[in-house]
Amino acid sequence: MRAAIVAAAVVIAAAGLAGCGEKSQVTVYKQGQYQGKPDNLPWQSAPFNNNQTEWEKAIKARNNAQNEYIRVGN
Amino acid sequence: MARMKFLCDAERCIECNGCVTACKQEHEIPWGVNRRRVVTLNDGLPGEKSISVACMHCSDAPCMAVCPVDCFYKTSEGVVLHDKDLCIGCGYCFYACPFGAPQFPQDGAFGLRGKMDKCTFCAGGPEQDHSQVEFRKYGRNRLAEGKLPACAEMCSTKALLGGDGDVLADIYRTRVTTRGRGSEVWGWGTAYGKPETQRPQAPQQQPGGKS
Repeated sequence: MRAAIVAAAVVIAAAGLAGCGEKSQVTVYKQGQYQGKPDNLPWQSAPFNNNQTEWEKAIKARNNAQNEYIRVGN
Repeated sequence: MARMKFLCDAERCIECNGCVTACKQEHEIPWGVNRRRVVTLNDGLPGEKSISVACMHCSDAPCMAVCPVDCFYKTSEGVVLHDKDLCIGCGYCFYACPFGAPQFPQDGAFGLRGKMDKCTFCAGGPEQDHSQVEFRKYGRNRLAEGKLPACAEMCSTKALLGGDGDVLADIYRTRVTTRGRGSEVWGWGTAYGKPETQRPQAPQQQPGGKS
């Protein structure tokens, strides 16, 4: 009997604690403010690993590769 | 900081649909969704002109203005992206967009309209960079790999240019002065004619952090 009461108390306590972790399921919209997930800057992840200068150099090279007057010559 | 833009040279576009195919292949876009497409004016007549159309990542993006759940944000490079977890598929952005960029896949057993999908300038979305989740929801993140959009880089005649707006303007200016005609850039004024709006940007993740 005593064991059953202890077990029931443990279960009730665990269920009560689980309720503390409950998060709101409804998004509260604020007009004109982005409400979504955060995003990385393009140079923050691999292969650039926070090296903004290298990323900008790579993008600049790709930008200029679209100009055939430079790439191929006149 | 580069301000990313698209530019389509109607004098050069040969309607090969290479950009459309490159986009489809790069992001594994499902049937019924076309992030990019080629439109031909006066098709079959002498002097017909073709242009490749997708989201132009406008300076003052109307889709951002009309979204009732504010799921859009603009990156530091000026790329307009959205969070698919917030999108309710209402279609307001489709009606607001002058380029018809937002696409709605059929979703569910009864062909209901799904969450909006559009060109991301190959910049992924608000998920961990290069993750499976990001690829499934938004496609490949080429920008984080130091590459430009697949459509522009694949264009065989270099009619479609994508990248830093200043560099594109320089390239186009050189072309026009060399050939002596075709200075009109379709959609440029509509997309970039207004000053940049101070629209919300996404908060940044900690490097390597989970979204």
